[in-house]
Amino acid sequence: MGASSEPATPLAALLGTCPLPFMQYDRVLLGHGSGGQLTADLIQRLFVPALGNGVLAALEDQATVRLPGGPEGTPGPRIAFTTDSFVVRPLFFPGGDIGRLAVHGTVNDLAVGGAEPLFLAAAFILEEGMPLADLQRIVASMRAACDAAGVALVTGDTKVVDRGKGDQVFITTSGIGTVPEGRSLSIHAARPGDRVLVSGTIGDHGIAIMSVREGIEFETLLESDSAPLIGLTRVMLAACPGIRCMRDPTRGGLSSALNELAAASGVGVELAEAALPIRPEVHAACEMLGLDPLYVANEGKLIAVARPDDADRLLQVMRQHPLGRNAAVIGEVVAEHPGMVVLQSLVGGGRVVTMLAGEQLPRIC
Amino acid sequence: MCLGIPGKVVEVHREHEILIGKVDFGGVSKRVCLEHVPEVQPGDYVLVHVGFALSRIDEAEARRVFAFLESMDQLDELKVPSP
Amino acid sequence: MKYLDEYRDAGAARKLAAAIARTVTQPWTLMEVCGGQTHTIVKYGIDKILPPGVELVHGPGCPVCVTCLETIDRAHAIASRPDVVFCSFGDMLRVPGSHGDLLQLKSQGSDVRIVYSPLDAVNLAAANPQKKVVFFAIGFETTAPPNAMAVWLARRRGLTNFSLLVSHVLVPPAITSILESPDNRVQGFLGPGHVCTVVGYTEYEPIARSHRVPIVITGFEPVDMLEGVLRTVRQLEAGRAEVENQYGRAVRREGNPHSKKLLDEVFEVCDRKWRGLGSIPLSGYKLREEYGEHDAERLFTVGDIRPQESSECISGQVLRGLKKPHDCPAFGKTCTPRTPLGATMVSAEGACAAYHAYGRHLQAEGADATPALLPLGRGG
Repeated sequence: MGASSEPATPLAALLGTCPLPFMQYDRVLLGHGSGGQLTADLIQRLFVPALGNGVLAALEDQATVRLPGGPEGTPGPRIAFTTDSFVVRPLFFPGGDIGRLAVHGTVNDLAVGGAEPLFLAAAFILEEGMPLADLQRIVASMRAACDAAGVALVTGDTKVVDRGKGDQVFITTSGIGTVPEGRSLSIHAARPGDRVLVSGTIGDHGIAIMSVREGIEFETLLESDSAPLIGLTRVMLAACPGIRCMRDPTRGGLSSALNELAAASGVGVELAEAALPIRPEVHAACEMLGLDPLYVANEGKLIAVARPDDADRLLQVMRQHPLGRNAAVIGEVVAEHPGMVVLQSLVGGGRVVTMLAGEQLPRIC
Repeated sequence: MCLGIPGKVVEVHREHEILIGKVDFGGVSKRVCLEHVPEVQPGDYVLVHVGFALSRIDEAEARRVFAFLESMDQLDELKVPSP
Repeated sequence: MKYLDEYRDAGAARKLAAAIARTVTQPWTLMEVCGGQTHTIVKYGIDKILPPGVELVHGPGCPVCVTCLETIDRAHAIASRPDVVFCSFGDMLRVPGSHGDLLQLKSQGSDVRIVYSPLDAVNLAAANPQKKVVFFAIGFETTAPPNAMAVWLARRRGLTNFSLLVSHVLVPPAITSILESPDNRVQGFLGPGHVCTVVGYTEYEPIARSHRVPIVITGFEPVDMLEGVLRTVRQLEAGRAEVENQYGRAVRREGNPHSKKLLDEVFEVCDRKWRGLGSIPLSGYKLREEYGEHDAERLFTVGDIRPQESSECISGQVLRGLKKPHDCPAFGKTCTPRTPLGATMVSAEGACAAYHAYGRHLQAEGADATPALLPLGRGG
């Protein structure tokens, strides 16, 4: 199953013994963008080996790096750095638009790493023929989102491609923030006994997008939950500096975020289906479309892994914040079945929550 | 493929001479063809498959299994456990 | 959601599981015949809360899976035509034919559209008079009324550019075929709940009688399925072989008279080839002669179709309940939902796909679980 030559890195060697079939594609598939198994595969087998460095290989939501030192050997400051691209369709949807998403997404990747987001950059790839009024609306939305999140968009770029070569607009945002000394949240840090919390109802964003896509329109308005999480993460970390890890479960949903966490930390995760907070409308929409909310994207929620002694206090703190009103403890980290997420169903039988294999909802964020 | 979801009929009208209704599925509404359940009234529940109502949900039948389970409980209570 | 969530109640499920455990005195093998029921079993771990003697096997309950390769290739050939708007439910989009799937055709420029309902395809035909709109009409009896209504409506509205590519399959002949198989080990059936809302269950009564098997028409939620199992094993323990209706809130013995009338007007029964099972007489629907101008199979001549099935695939045995997905050496390895080798993996409702989705390839039954992903490097 492995390559015929020597593996390039120890990681590649590990993957060579992986029981999953080697994905023998010679072209990019839509599924490579789903945030599931194919995405992980592409990153692990193509990007990381080529660009190989320890920070990248850790595959956190953001990179925390130390800048070169100051005078007289003082350590340089720690900054967090992240980037994200946004290709969502439609451009305007209930609860937001691609611009708002682009700001929140990057702010959140920084916030869940324990950073204070400060500055964003935004690059626009525009398709010839896109109405300028739409672009104006998107940019105004980004301005409002930056102001609300307390960040400034300080630099950017614009490119235009021929009509038909780019779907109206794609936006890439990059962000930097500062990370206090001593703070180190990581997907490698979860330990058996830890509790898994979610900040609110799951599946809102993905269902909002689906609900306005052609062929599936609902008559009820279902809104995206797109929101900046920095206010919430700040109070969480102030109350519980020992939080192990936080992640924002965007594409691929809770499933991807938790599977990656389980694999990175070498632990198992057990979830209780009865504990998952979900809005009745989202539940109904998922039933109608045959979707599992565990795989549906969220854009204003986070998961947190807390030490057992901190969990109750953390939950209280979260619930006092507007973005954490429906926070809940949804599971536990265990030593059994490392790398695997298991769900205890409503009626008691268990099942494995596998990583998304293909693409469930393309162009979801 | 056999995905059938229960929903509540909210209103009924005709389009192209076909009976169409707005059905509420616990907070989300959708248009559904009611042509094969012409007897439904707003307030009734229907089983919907690909935008089409297959049958009306019978409330009494729906309760039956829970009444059965309750009677099982009562039978258990009659068996006095040894102290 | 009313009439849904209460059938997922943990307390009710536990009581039913306990009642089943009290009832059985010997092992029994039950088959369910609906992809939706397969999913419920695997998703909620129903088989794990049943007593060890009761085994649930999965039948040919996924119409997508049993659609023969020739039909899929025909669909792809039609969809490739520039004058065609090809409409389908989402599940068919990634089913591979001999040369790729509908999603790939779409990415190559063919006009392939996912619709939620066949009636949406009719509206598309009205809105695009210069195009030929074809709807891929597959499914059990459950989907036949909406499909029949679509073609009836098209005819009524004079939409000559609308046609159906029909590949309907019927459940009772498939059940009979399984029961008549020499290596059959199925002793009782959980009947297809939604199919029976349409056509009723009178056709199952002669089957129960002649083959001496209980058939309990069952719904799709955990409480439904557990009650279905309970009622089936009670019959088996008592030596009875009757048709019972567990899904009474939606199913009547005579089915839906309006649907049946329309089905009779639009469709006629025909022989049909089931992928994995072979040809079963009188097991499908096709459009009647009078609806010929809306029959895509007649309207479009396609080239010579020579499909090729994998030799590794044991779908036939899985569909007959003789093997489980994890009995197949290819399961989860060369055969995955992304790279399906045959019928039961090609669609989310196939037994192999359902087992894979819920991680059964990662848990050998009863053995230690193996990790899904190996830990990432701990560099940093």
